[in-house]
Amino acid sequence: MSPFEYAPAPESRSVVDIASSYGLFIDGEFVDPADGTMFKTVNPATEEVLADVAEAGETDIDRAVRAARRAQETVWGPMPGSERAKYLFRIARLLAERSREFAVLETLDNGKPIRESRDVDVPTAAAHFFYYAGWADKLDHAGFGVAPRPHGVAAQVIPWNFPLLMLAWKIAPALATGNTVVLKPAETTPLSALLFADLLRQAELPPGVVNIVTGARETGAMLVAHPGIDKIAFTGSTAVGKRIAREIAGTRKTVTLELGGKAANILFDDAPIDQAVEGIVNGIYFNQGQVCCAGSRLLVQESVADEVVDRLKERLATLRVGDPMDKNTDVGAINSAAQLERITRLAEAGTAEGATRWSPACDLPEQGYWFPPTVFTDVSAAHTIAREEIFGPVLSVLTFRTPDEAVAKANNTPYGLSAGVWTEKGSRILWMADRLKAGVVWANTFNRFDPTSPFGGYKESGHGREGGRHGLAPYLVDGSTD
Amino acid sequence: MSTTATAPSHGRAPDGPAADAQAPDGHAPEVGARQGHAPERSASEIADLARRVVGTSSLDEASLRRYLHGLPGVDQVGAEGRAGMLATRSIKTTSKAWALDLIIRMIDLTTLEGADTPGKVRGLCAKAVQPEPGDPTCPRVAAVCVYNDLVPVAVDALGDSGVHVAAVATAFPSGRASRHVRLTDTREAVQAGAHEIDMVIDRGAFLSGRYERVFEDVVAVREVCRENGATAHLKVILETGELATYDNVRRASWLAMLAGADFIKTSTGKISPAATLPVTNLMLEAVRDFRRETGVQVGVKPAGGIRTSKDAIKHLVAVKETAGEDWLDPDWYRFGASSLLNDVLQQRQKLRTGWYSGPDYVTVD
Amino acid sequence: MATTPTTSTGTRVDVRKTYKLFIGGAFPRSESGRTYEVTAADGRFLANAALGSRKDARDAVVAARAAQKGWAGATAYNRGQVLYRVAELLEGRRAQFVEEVSAGEGISRGDADDVVSAAVDRWVWYAGWADKVAQVAGSANPVAGPYFNLSVPEPTGVVAVLAPQRSSLLGLVSVLAPVLVTGNTAVLVSSERRPLPAITLSEVLATSDVPKGVVNVLTGRTAEIAPHLAGHLDVNAIDLAGAALADGVTWGALEAEAAGSIKRVRRPALDDAEPDWTAVPDGPRRILAFTETKTVWHPKGV
Repeated sequence: MSPFEYAPAPESRSVVDIASSYGLFIDGEFVDPADGTMFKTVNPATEEVLADVAEAGETDIDRAVRAARRAQETVWGPMPGSERAKYLFRIARLLAERSREFAVLETLDNGKPIRESRDVDVPTAAAHFFYYAGWADKLDHAGFGVAPRPHGVAAQVIPWNFPLLMLAWKIAPALATGNTVVLKPAETTPLSALLFADLLRQAELPPGVVNIVTGARETGAMLVAHPGIDKIAFTGSTAVGKRIAREIAGTRKTVTLELGGKAANILFDDAPIDQAVEGIVNGIYFNQGQVCCAGSRLLVQESVADEVVDRLKERLATLRVGDPMDKNTDVGAINSAAQLERITRLAEAGTAEGATRWSPACDLPEQGYWFPPTVFTDVSAAHTIAREEIFGPVLSVLTFRTPDEAVAKANNTPYGLSAGVWTEKGSRILWMADRLKAGVVWANTFNRFDPTSPFGGYKESGHGREGGRHGLAPYLVDGSTD
Repeated sequence: MSTTATAPSHGRAPDGPAADAQAPDGHAPEVGARQGHAPERSASEIADLARRVVGTSSLDEASLRRYLHGLPGVDQVGAEGRAGMLATRSIKTTSKAWALDLIIRMIDLTTLEGADTPGKVRGLCAKAVQPEPGDPTCPRVAAVCVYNDLVPVAVDALGDSGVHVAAVATAFPSGRASRHVRLTDTREAVQAGAHEIDMVIDRGAFLSGRYERVFEDVVAVREVCRENGATAHLKVILETGELATYDNVRRASWLAMLAGADFIKTSTGKISPAATLPVTNLMLEAVRDFRRETGVQVGVKPAGGIRTSKDAIKHLVAVKETAGEDWLDPDWYRFGASSLLNDVLQQRQKLRTGWYSGPDYVTVD
Repeated sequence: MATTPTTSTGTRVDVRKTYKLFIGGAFPRSESGRTYEVTAADGRFLANAALGSRKDARDAVVAARAAQKGWAGATAYNRGQVLYRVAELLEGRRAQFVEEVSAGEGISRGDADDVVSAAVDRWVWYAGWADKVAQVAGSANPVAGPYFNLSVPEPTGVVAVLAPQRSSLLGLVSVLAPVLVTGNTAVLVSSERRPLPAITLSEVLATSDVPKGVVNVLTGRTAEIAPHLAGHLDVNAIDLAGAALADGVTWGALEAEAAGSIKRVRRPALDDAEPDWTAVPDGPRRILAFTETKTVWHPKGV
């Protein structure tokens, strides 16, 4: 027992009211699903049931798409950009005003530490709306010709790792460009999207402009397949992304895909070592490693590998794993039993294939879904854990000798979402950045996100960009390149 | 899960700092005249170690430059980001109570004004010994820090209280005087009974790359601290606000440690910025790494700009998470401060009574 | 294709050209040994073209991949110059292109001459984009923090291009040039029935400064070759322009194959017709269709 063991500092959950059950948000109001099917969403840190949530079926999807179409054609499409902007500004402000409520709800439903939902997810989501609000009346100047046209109705399917932030990444540019939206939150994290529906009530957004249909994978598939959809935006696994791409082949629906990753975080012997260790930690243990752009492969120059691993382990021993609602928690719960099972299976494969596994000593809670921060050393490129996206707090450490070898190993994956480079030598950073096949290259930093900064992948990590001016293009007929 | 520093605690006697973390009766533990538990090292041992670390047979300008410039760089944004994250730790209830008492025990209660008088210093000494009249559980501060002409007053006022007398020396705060003057300044303070000497480095020499000169200054001052049987501890003030970059702070920290500093200290308090959290955290990394490499533990003293309990607690978080718990002890961490003590006392009252306190409920000196 | 009658006395029997594939800078026959007869619009024999196979496609992808790093690594100025040089050489071969376009597309020499002019001009237009597209499509992003943040378009890699079936030169140039501008390399499947301008273009490229493997040209049945390119895991993108009117080809089926490796797919503009290739492009969209936006962050500090 340390003389300075931090006492519990729990955030209060009383700031948020969770209803016992939620309907579907269609055409500006909550409605019951046509066939009455419901499912439960749980707090992954405790396995406590938080609410019953409606599962949208064919009829509900159709209703939502029709509402979105009507709103697009009669209200949102014809509305001057300057007026659309004001709604988006309202949303940004309301999110900021209710930020604590959203942060607490996000942590309860997702399992991520309150420090992250409070300091990253919610403020970045609000910033996203604020950024795209300003574009709504400036589209003529965005480089897509004069009066670029929206596609119409956008189907948006988002993942469970950043529920509210991904909602913002999807809805803000869609609305700014004059599209209307049918959004499906992830099955395990629907609550912040449903609270967002309440925020839309306060914003007095016209009915049908944003519709939220909850459900599981089948609901998403039905939404994507609906003939009334013009534009699809999906963030999730590469497997589902491929299915969507195949599904819409031969149609005129356009799609943006933000898929998986297996990012290399490359550390040279002249790196700013303390910041690099922080960058490794932030790269793979942020949000329990459930991040598509996570730096899950540490490529470290062989000459400093032992020292870096030692320092990393020392640092990991100070990570605080546990109650996500505690303001001092660094690593929270895994989002679901299914995800925990996947992480566990892949980690076991790592051991079975001969890599060396290490985790700091930590007491994991008995209830809930937990996985300790884990480092694998003695990993080779052929190991499963060096190739497959684990989507959990599991780092694979590999070594390299020369810059060329670092690039070759970093690019040796079907993915290409992000990469990290750590070196004090400026010209080497630019040389590396030129050669890394990754949509985002973080040099001497990692896991930074900003509304103005385009995000998206090469190769099987998807196509299209979200964020920045580039993020407008996929929502405009005149910006699409497919 | 929390930290247990894994680095071996070389050079520490068996009665490590944790042993006297807080006396069970609530009274401040008696601090010996030679605080710190590192075995005394001779000048030649220090020089040998420095040569070994630098990898040279002679510690000259070139070898020091090569070594210091070969230290890992510091990325400003990353370093400040990390400090920002440490600052978000929420320290409540029992942890906070423990931290507040530790902060008091770590304070070098300081007055360094041209207007200082024996009366002012005697008042400060009284406060140092009994910060909270009527509360015997309130610990004493670590030391009283004064200019060297007031050392006799402080020595007399503090008596055998266990509270140390620290003297700023070496033509504090600028250090702009001949080496002879600076050493004489130091010698007078030591001879007057100062337990601790806070010297300043020659920032002009450092910034112009004359590392050998800075090194030799520290060595020379340390010799004066230990001459004629004296055992004064040496704190080396880097004046980080004048060093301009974090890379320089790291280099200056290593330079001072190689030259035999017992403590590295951020600032004089006369220059802004002073003890910012990123700078202190960087110096904590330096002492951690120095011990990893040499087995020698060096203390850290942030000074200037830490005025509230909240600020000080952030520092303790950095100590715990960066250097490790071995440094959570007045022997290894100090706060150079004047107004901090009263804020800590008010916070302490709040924890005890449940009501917010006010400035009239703590003593003004 | 001089079609000078050879029966008249006093006239010379012309030397015909053998039309082959263009892979990695060389002109091989199809590994399958097969050819097919290419006829003019009026039905007369023009040539035997190589009937490219799955394995030819495979070889072409290997050549394109090998060339990609170097082509992308050239400076934009250099790529612009190299591509501009191609336009110069196209101009020099004007007569041959006029001949082939006129015969293959069944249009008058005068109209064919206009088509060749447009094709040369199109090539020049795209060549000029090489060192401008990053300025138009890139951005400096004002992130809310002390970071330098820059986005630039980069080539996606190896691009399979199904050239338009009808417009055998202008359409071909309109889909090929934009792929090359940013540093992609191409495996191009020519118009099935009108392949000759594509092969002649290969000869132009072979004598230009375009490095070997940057453009690879396959002739043959689109329906036979295209699925292998659409499904090839080492192809990053596919332009389906020529899938619209190809025999036995459904572009949606190719798009579905391409989904297996999340290829970038540029769909044909129309299902049952070709767009008006004479229209000047409305911007660099065809270029951008085969780029990846890369965003680089770096802290700003001292």
